[in-house]
Amino acid sequence: MSEIDVPLHAVAHARAGDKGNRSNVSVIAYRPEAFPLLVEQVTEARVLAVFAPRGATAVKRHVLPKLPAMNFVIDGALEGGVNASLGLDGHGKALSFLVLGEITVRVPRECIPAGSPYLEASGRREVTGG
Amino acid sequence: MTTVHVGCGAGFAGDRFDAAVPLVAALAQAKGERFLTYEVLAERTLAIAQRLRRENPDQGYSPFLDVYLPLVLADCHRHGIRIVTNMGAANPLGAARRVHELARGLGVRGLKVAAVTGDDLLAAMSESQLREQPVIEGIALEDRPIVAANAYLGAGPVAQALATGAHVVLVGRTTDAALTLGPLMHVHGWAPSRLDLLAQGTACGHLLECGAQVTGAYFPDPGFKDVPDLARVGFPIAEVGAGGDVVVTKPPGTGGAVNRMTVIEQLLYEVHDPRNYLTPDVVLDLGDVEVEEVGENRVRVSGARGKPPPATLKATVCVDAGWLGEGEISYAGPNALARAELAASVVRARCAAIGVRDPVRVEVLGTGAIFRGARRDRNAVVPSPAVGEYRVRAAVRSMQRKTAQQVSDEVLSLYCSGPAGGAGVRQHVTPQVATASILVDRARVQAQVTVVEAP
Repeated sequence: MSEIDVPLHAVAHARAGDKGNRSNVSVIAYRPEAFPLLVEQVTEARVLAVFAPRGATAVKRHVLPKLPAMNFVIDGALEGGVNASLGLDGHGKALSFLVLGEITVRVPRECIPAGSPYLEASGRREVTGG
Repeated sequence: MTTVHVGCGAGFAGDRFDAAVPLVAALAQAKGERFLTYEVLAERTLAIAQRLRRENPDQGYSPFLDVYLPLVLADCHRHGIRIVTNMGAANPLGAARRVHELARGLGVRGLKVAAVTGDDLLAAMSESQLREQPVIEGIALEDRPIVAANAYLGAGPVAQALATGAHVVLVGRTTDAALTLGPLMHVHGWAPSRLDLLAQGTACGHLLECGAQVTGAYFPDPGFKDVPDLARVGFPIAEVGAGGDVVVTKPPGTGGAVNRMTVIEQLLYEVHDPRNYLTPDVVLDLGDVEVEEVGENRVRVSGARGKPPPATLKATVCVDAGWLGEGEISYAGPNALARAELAASVVRARCAAIGVRDPVRVEVLGTGAIFRGARRDRNAVVPSPAVGEYRVRAAVRSMQRKTAQQVSDEVLSLYCSGPAGGAGVRQHVTPQVATASILVDRARVQAQVTVVEAP
């Protein structure tokens, strides 16, 4: 079975929400067969590594196999939150796409939804990140 | 078995002004008890409302009352659709009087309006008592002046208000989900001890409370997940049976989509531990929730479990946080990036030269500013070509309005005193509040329902 390295964006969708200086980012597999691989590869440590330079101190992952989805709760992700941040996106609404773009996963091609631009582009290394 | 229909016409203050019109048309066709909710009350929104009420005791309710209600009030009354909304903000009684005025202007007769009060802790506790409560989230209160302090009421008072027969119920701070759960408790007679039913109703309210975020908005990612006709996105309607059966749908003929993906994204939105989502009514456990498509744009949500609610209530305390000053200017075309970076360095130098002591951020939008600081070392790095369009943004937070204005004005002055081709300056200087969440004893919070008669 051929596996490829792709940004999480190829196999999952996500939504970010805020409460205070804490962000939550859900990560939802497009295809259920991808979910166990995401649970294995998209760890608390990897998410924290993305956010730590912004000041994040801890990441807690909640796994919901019935959906299937994961929910990452990231402490200290928001530069103080919407009432304190000097950034343009004080709510961290764009952070779902930071996670989707920055974290790469290795999955069988079958885990990518049919018609995905990542399948069409998978021969081009600059797009897949492989 | 009776099915309750609940539509949500706004997910925040500023949501689409006419979104509820197709909802009302759809609800008018439905049988049984029907409700229209509007959720407009962010933490900061309430602080602003509290300031307005202090200046004028008749004010302090949401200005969106006048935006949303005139479009639907007559039709709702004609078809027996009852309205539940937190547009009461800092003054639910004032809002109720305003609804009567609007009704009179529209020729709507016989309207019964109820207000729920009791969330305002400044009316029940002294400032020093508030400062003694444990802060669970947000800034330390210290001695900063308190602008507003409101406990999150649950669905019980909403249900009580509906039991008066009111056609319109105005609340201030309640949980957003209570706007939906209240009607369900009222019609279905769910007792506070029926925790699994309250959990289903709370999950349902959570799905509705951000309006079109569950019906395909805040969702499209072209080429990856698309929805039809986003410009005409339909806002959500939930159909809820007495046994807690929940189906989320939207009005026929509207854009957007209700499917497993849109519902699951919203189910987890602003949730931390999905197995312990605390509300005043129930601790919601989403761990075994199942989401299934049962028809076109129809999704059933089942399996929410409830645990007894916490002994304390969460409250938000808002303190004055001074001013946010921002200014932006654009550079486009050949060598735009270098001109933008020169502009940024000029603003930094000027802020230092004029003695701005508060931290100033000057950044170039288009170079990865949104994800500032995050580790970005693979495919996600945004290339920043020399030729392009860039926007320089300066921002400062200060207790002094003058400082906020000064930093913003340093961007404005780039028009004539900055690099070549500076364009499109916009300035914002806005008052700020900071918030802390505290826990208060339930005994300190006495919700009250008042039927406000037409004047």
